[in-house]
Amino acid sequence: MNFVIPSFAPAMPEIVLLVLTSLLLIADTIWSKRFQFATYYAAQVILIVTAVLIFMSFSSEEVITFNGSFIHDSFADVMKLFILLITFAVFLFSREYLLQKQFYKGEYFTLGLFSILGMFVMVSAYNLITMFIGLEIMSLSLYAMIAMRKDNQAALEAAMKYFILGALATGMMLYGFSMIYGATGSVQFDTISGVIASGKVDSTVLSFGLVFVVIGLAFKLGAAPFHMWVPDVYQGAPSSITLFLGTAPKIAAFAMMYRILVDALQGLSGEWQSLLIMLAVLSLIVGAVVAIVQDNLKRMLAYSGIGHVGFILLGVIAANPDGYSSAMFYTIVYAITGVAGFGMIVALAKIGNGFDKIADFKGMNARNPWLALMFLFVMFSMAGIPPFIGFYAKIVVLEEVINAGFVWLAVFAVIMSVISTYYYLMVVKAMYFDAPEDSSKVEPMSNQLNIVVSIVAISLLVLGLMPSSLIDLAYNSL
Amino acid sequence: MTFLEFIFYVLATIASISALMMISVKNPVKAALWLVLSFIATAGVWLTAQAEFLGLVLILVYVGALMVLFLFVVMMLDINVSQIKEKFASYLPIGILTSIAVFIILYMVVGPGHFGLEKYLPPEPFSAGYSNTEALAIPLYTEHAYAFILAAVLLLVGIVAAITLTLRRQSTTMVLYQDIDKQVKTNAKDRFKMVKMDAVVEHDIPKVEEDK
Repeated sequence: MNFVIPSFAPAMPEIVLLVLTSLLLIADTIWSKRFQFATYYAAQVILIVTAVLIFMSFSSEEVITFNGSFIHDSFADVMKLFILLITFAVFLFSREYLLQKQFYKGEYFTLGLFSILGMFVMVSAYNLITMFIGLEIMSLSLYAMIAMRKDNQAALEAAMKYFILGALATGMMLYGFSMIYGATGSVQFDTISGVIASGKVDSTVLSFGLVFVVIGLAFKLGAAPFHMWVPDVYQGAPSSITLFLGTAPKIAAFAMMYRILVDALQGLSGEWQSLLIMLAVLSLIVGAVVAIVQDNLKRMLAYSGIGHVGFILLGVIAANPDGYSSAMFYTIVYAITGVAGFGMIVALAKIGNGFDKIADFKGMNARNPWLALMFLFVMFSMAGIPPFIGFYAKIVVLEEVINAGFVWLAVFAVIMSVISTYYYLMVVKAMYFDAPEDSSKVEPMSNQLNIVVSIVAISLLVLGLMPSSLIDLAYNSL
Repeated sequence: MTFLEFIFYVLATIASISALMMISVKNPVKAALWLVLSFIATAGVWLTAQAEFLGLVLILVYVGALMVLFLFVVMMLDINVSQIKEKFASYLPIGILTSIAVFIILYMVVGPGHFGLEKYLPPEPFSAGYSNTEALAIPLYTEHAYAFILAAVLLLVGIVAAITLTLRRQSTTMVLYQDIDKQVKTNAKDRFKMVKMDAVVEHDIPKVEEDK
């Protein structure tokens, strides 16, 4: 037997992240009693170190290592950098929220880092086994993070729901994986696509597996009709974890969809296109119509997130590199907007009041005009009103869908998008035209959070004024 | 039908029936025991397929460790069985319909039509010196080392999550904790201290003359 030790260099960021996180896990038990915030600062430093490593090894060259289970390409690098950026912001928001809600623990940050490791593995996975393990590392950490607030019944319920439905989805996906393995005889993505291209494959078994895989993906992305967990979990989870849940894992889930459907099953694009069209249409309807009746802002944003997933799927439906790039651009924009939206809720959370009802935002303009303006930016960007970045995300996706010949789908998406504008504007109306129930001034938990929320919200406007750099990034990395 | 086929059908029937019993019995403890039987029968099926190592591991890990642990948990929890089973009957018709539909689809896809002997030849029996364990171990530690290490990380995350969710530190007024650092750092001197002092002489107790 001859075995060549694979090259470790392409996976350096993952290796460093794992080693530092494990060290942090031990260090946390020692220093957490003396220095309360040591783990938090160390976690942020680890994120920065990993980001620097990715920057240094950035290349558009495709490298496959570990016997075909790991791929390093520019798509993976860009996705990882955005995951790190978003998590950096999430940790910033989390610290004070956790302190205020009295469940500050070092494990929150170590579990967060582990879940990022899982996302990295997913983004870079090149065979079905590593994809599955990465997904499990990410999900397991997230389940635990949601349940961390042990005194809160809603959080525990959300964690249980997420755990059970997540396990179900994982089971579906694994079953699909086993069918694909059975039909093609390989777990590695390039071999799978090679076997499919050669035509010597049982297409019934393959399509059967594909259906299960798509169901699993839809669960993880939160696309209708597999969206039932999304609103409950987003609402029940502590706001800082909703912020994490609604942003970074979406990027990882998109990468997973891209790797499986495009890298491995490109030959079946005709089949998965029709499946994704169903998912996208239903997601757009649920995201636009059901969100209207919500009075809880987290729940409303959850439904709006389902609608956004519909748009991401539209880009993938185009089934060409430009379409994938537009979907990638949309995913990144959605994640950044999500940080601003959920971040605002986290920043304004007060003891005994989550500040997550739409009614809480009544008369916001009178209570804190600056933050009202920032939240207006977020809502406009989500609704897709120019000149905010959300507008360009939508227009790029719609353009690709029309180019791919699905004009009816684009028209449908625009109609749903117009309907969803209603509830975004309802929030704006509540902030600017409703009389406040209590006219005391609203202040975010700390000045730092005020600055971060403002930076993220203003970046929506700035990116919207010059969207080309981000669009180019998405188009060049795929 | 060869003898091997006969054994396969016996074990497969036991596995299917016990799996069915597992989800339909009322008592959770019995359900766990049915699952154990199902695992053992499945392990037997694997043995007939020449996967000895997997069969043994299934018994050792799942039956020996996991299910016993699970049985303990089920026995310790006070589960109201009637409450759980209340909705069982109302869901039964739709459940049966769905399972039949799924079974038909599964049979059409994974049945003999697509995985029959015409499509895939029966595997060659292994020669006498063949080691099942080695055949599993070598790819695991070479080709799939990356996935193997990640699986270890997954277990680590599981441990961290479980400890985070269950560890409750109460105030020392209610519960006494060990201070392990302190305990380890002690040496003989701290435990036993020699004190120099003068001998204490008991004064004679004056004899009280009793009145005569």
